[in-house]
Amino acid sequence: MSLSHDDVEKIAHLARIKIDDAELETLRTELNNIIGWVEQLSKVDTDGIEPMTSVVGTNLGHRNDSVSEVNLSDKILANAPDRVGDFYAVPKVVE
Amino acid sequence: MSYLINGKTGNWEVVVGLEVHAQVVSNTKLFSGASTEFGAKPNHQVSLIDAAMPGMLPVINKYCVEQAIKTGVGLNATINLYSVFERKNYFYADLPQGYQISQYKHPIVGEGKIELDLEDGVTREIGIERLHMEQDAGKSIHDHDPKRSFIDLNRSGVCLMEIVSKPDIRSPEEAGAFLRKLRAILRYLGTCDGNMEEGSMRADVNVSVRHPGENLRTRVEVKNVNSMRFVMQAIEVEAERQVSVWESGGEVIQETRLFDVNKGKTRAMRKKEFAHDYRYFPDPDLLPLKLEIEYVNSITSTLPELPDEKKARFVKEHGLSSYDANVLVSDKQKAEYFESVMQYTPKQNQRDRDPKVVVNWVTTNLFGALNAVGKDISESKISAEQLGDLLDLVSDDLISGRIAKDVFDIMFETGRDASDIVKEKGLTQITDIGKIEAIVDKVLLENPDQVNQVRGGNNKAIGWFVGQIMQATDGKANPQLVNKVLREKLN
Amino acid sequence: MSELTRLSISEAACHLESKNISSEELTIAHIEEMERCRDLNAFITETPELALQRAKKSDARRSKGENVGAMDGIPIAIKDLFCTDGVLTTAGSHILDGFKPNYESTISQNLRDAGAVMLGKTNLDEFAMGSANVTSYYGPVKNPWVVNDLKDRVPGGSSGGSAVSVAARLSLGAVGTDTGGSIRQPASFCGIVGLKPTYGRCSRWGTVAFASSLDQAGPMTRSVEDAAIMLQAMAGYDPKDSTSARVETPKFNAELVSGVKGMMIGIPEEYTLDSTSEEIRKLWEQGCQWLESAGASCKRVSLPHTEFALPCYYIIAPAEASSNLARYDGVRYGLRVDGDSLDEMYENTRGEGFGAEVRRRIMIGTYVLSAGYYDAYYVKAQKVRALIAKDFEAAFADVDVILTPTAPTAAFPIGDRMGDPITMYLNDVFTVPASVAGLPAISIPAGLDSLGLPLGLHLIGRAFDEVTLLRTAKALENLADFNASPSKVDS
Repeated sequence: MSLSHDDVEKIAHLARIKIDDAELETLRTELNNIIGWVEQLSKVDTDGIEPMTSVVGTNLGHRNDSVSEVNLSDKILANAPDRVGDFYAVPKVVE
Repeated sequence: MSYLINGKTGNWEVVVGLEVHAQVVSNTKLFSGASTEFGAKPNHQVSLIDAAMPGMLPVINKYCVEQAIKTGVGLNATINLYSVFERKNYFYADLPQGYQISQYKHPIVGEGKIELDLEDGVTREIGIERLHMEQDAGKSIHDHDPKRSFIDLNRSGVCLMEIVSKPDIRSPEEAGAFLRKLRAILRYLGTCDGNMEEGSMRADVNVSVRHPGENLRTRVEVKNVNSMRFVMQAIEVEAERQVSVWESGGEVIQETRLFDVNKGKTRAMRKKEFAHDYRYFPDPDLLPLKLEIEYVNSITSTLPELPDEKKARFVKEHGLSSYDANVLVSDKQKAEYFESVMQYTPKQNQRDRDPKVVVNWVTTNLFGALNAVGKDISESKISAEQLGDLLDLVSDDLISGRIAKDVFDIMFETGRDASDIVKEKGLTQITDIGKIEAIVDKVLLENPDQVNQVRGGNNKAIGWFVGQIMQATDGKANPQLVNKVLREKLN
Repeated sequence: MSELTRLSISEAACHLESKNISSEELTIAHIEEMERCRDLNAFITETPELALQRAKKSDARRSKGENVGAMDGIPIAIKDLFCTDGVLTTAGSHILDGFKPNYESTISQNLRDAGAVMLGKTNLDEFAMGSANVTSYYGPVKNPWVVNDLKDRVPGGSSGGSAVSVAARLSLGAVGTDTGGSIRQPASFCGIVGLKPTYGRCSRWGTVAFASSLDQAGPMTRSVEDAAIMLQAMAGYDPKDSTSARVETPKFNAELVSGVKGMMIGIPEEYTLDSTSEEIRKLWEQGCQWLESAGASCKRVSLPHTEFALPCYYIIAPAEASSNLARYDGVRYGLRVDGDSLDEMYENTRGEGFGAEVRRRIMIGTYVLSAGYYDAYYVKAQKVRALIAKDFEAAFADVDVILTPTAPTAAFPIGDRMGDPITMYLNDVFTVPASVAGLPAISIPAGLDSLGLPLGLHLIGRAFDEVTLLRTAKALENLADFNASPSKVDS
């Protein structure tokens, strides 16, 4: 599997990362090298093996349904690059 | 009755599946300890986790899991003892993590079904494909500023259940019936308040059309339709749109559309440059959710009676018609109202209240009056106890049925007790035989012609006399006694 | 160079206990060294005022005879991946420009609770992605070990700043994080002890995430005993981290001086790589002989899937990272580079905010999770991961601890191996397998190469058996008797 110019552009867009045209070709080569290298995994026989999603064997912990965090608006808004009143502001979205 | 669209090329059947997002009733969010209360100031119910601050980790709210299990049981569905939270990756301003934690390959609830009671007394079974838990996103506000959208994360992280039906629905009416039944079940269970206006229940509608007997054709998803009426309308107009596309030689494309309430039409959403690729994968911050069967059973055993069971019981215990029972159980509060009128402790020498009389008063008079003023049963000024007392006055012959309706109207306006109104207005029924005889005598004396007609064999004229006497007594005379006395005197 | 900066944590703790020295003196001595050695670029943010404040408080606690923690008054450095209340936290990235968390990570909080004094936040590879500390937005960190060629060498990575701060005596200990070797490999390059605990031993809450299923915090110190002391302060179940292990925290120094007599040490056959230098191979054999001389037995074990651990890691870690780093979007914190639309703002912010290596890994991660490739890459890697874990399980049926080299080479000059990402990835070939399997592992300085650069030996233990791991490490430390110090320190 080898990534085309378009593939790299598509991935960059999915990841919302702007890549300059000049950089894109170098990146394409690097990504293809890495992908080619990780593809050696295809040599491993994994028939009948369950994928391992976590090394932790225990059950999922949980919390009770009681409000433990009250009015953190100042905390969560403190680092906002653009803020209007108690809102975060972003460039206008057209649906 | 089947719903078909008459096209140039024949009849078209509409095939609908619903994806309902139901907000789980819980104090806190699915993965954080922030409150879920409706109506807070913007960004005031947002924890560090909900705002996806660096290093924040989700911890699941046990109660939300319980709510999902309850709902699954209520939908007659399989509860999966092993389920997995995955990340659905996409960028949006009101999705702070850049992914939504949802369930994908392994939902907590599998296949189930809902039984619909349609208007014409027919029942239809609609399959449930699955129910999974997920986080809600925040809210983007686009109309406050010409150049910017504002983001409020209060909803971010609230627990939703996505309930997916099978494409078993065949008409807008069935879709409406499905949503009403689902809402009733959720409300009975207390797992979702079902309030579409506040957005705690939202539906995406998958619509396709086909000639009866054909394979399924391309479906279109109509997003976020936020009332039952709009769901029904959206299905109707989208199905018609699709029919005209097919019939004009075009092809319906698989896409997401929005229902424009003002225009009563669906329109394509602004085209995304690339198709969605959500890159689902198991959330490494969470482990699989493993449930013990004993735990699930313990939850099942605490479930309240659900609409279908209640309906069956009403029919069996109270001898109600299927129609009346349906009207009552469609809303938990209505059913409860009926039951509290029925469940009274009889005073001495009193008979049990007649369920047929009660259901008639509750559904026709009370619900009718409430409907007319656009009020909910919870807003009724007449309590179940008060209505019961009113009915007892009738069955004890203290007031007539006609007077009872007048008393009811006053009670509906003021919330006063029936006996007070009756006493104050002197509405007590005249049951003294002597008094009634005196009035009858007077009326007969004043109307010799009519007396002759009756004696000449015109029995209809008796009815006229009854009316006269009731009028003369302001409706207070006991009609049975009036009839009896009249017949005696006229023979 | 003050005598105070040559102390170990345990020695300093004794002096503080007996009030020979104050925390203030100790802290000032380290602040002076930190300032003197700024050219090493070990710190992104120095917090001398905060340190002095906390040191004075510690002294006050002691003079009042209050309860003191195990690390009370000990100056340490914290990798700038841990969120620290009110103190700039960058993860070595431009994208977190100006980000001051208003919360404290569990690990740094635990250390604060134990009385430790934070000197500052150490430099690291951007988002911990790197093995040479050359990807930091704040510039490369220099290894204090300078040999005859006078070249500036890398300290290893990603916890390069933490390793340097300990090696150059700028702090008595430091906290690092290890995803594929980020504690152990820089420890080896800098001639110090670096411990990665079992996955789940230390909470990840408040630590900027790289790869959630692999990230683990751990201590970096100048002795095995110090590592045990620090780990004791850091470890423990944290209900805020769903992957935190609900296991009892043992006394990590319980068996520290018990020796290795009768223990079985595993020597994995597959760790003999062509790329490994002859010197390192010899040191490895030497390590084996040392342990045997102390009464342990060495046994060859097979870890057949070892060679696939690295490519497996380079699918799983970037996949998780691509999703974990989606939250850096310019909306709620950090850098924003404006654009005309929301998407443009995202792309500009993330394009400028992330460095080349981070961008590469996000791209790889995005690709391996995308539709059509998920099974071939991500699921395949998870299956291989299961096989790697099984290899270790089988090996640990026969042996108590596994001995390997830490890295295939000693520290290399800054600028080397920059051309090809894969060459850089190969640095972690010996450390990644234990990460993939979630096992505890430690690097011990064991010798110098012909140039005079430190080399480490690597021990891998059973899950949650850090006690045995530390005991073996302590024995190895005694036997290796490594007492060289970097030229920077001697100058």
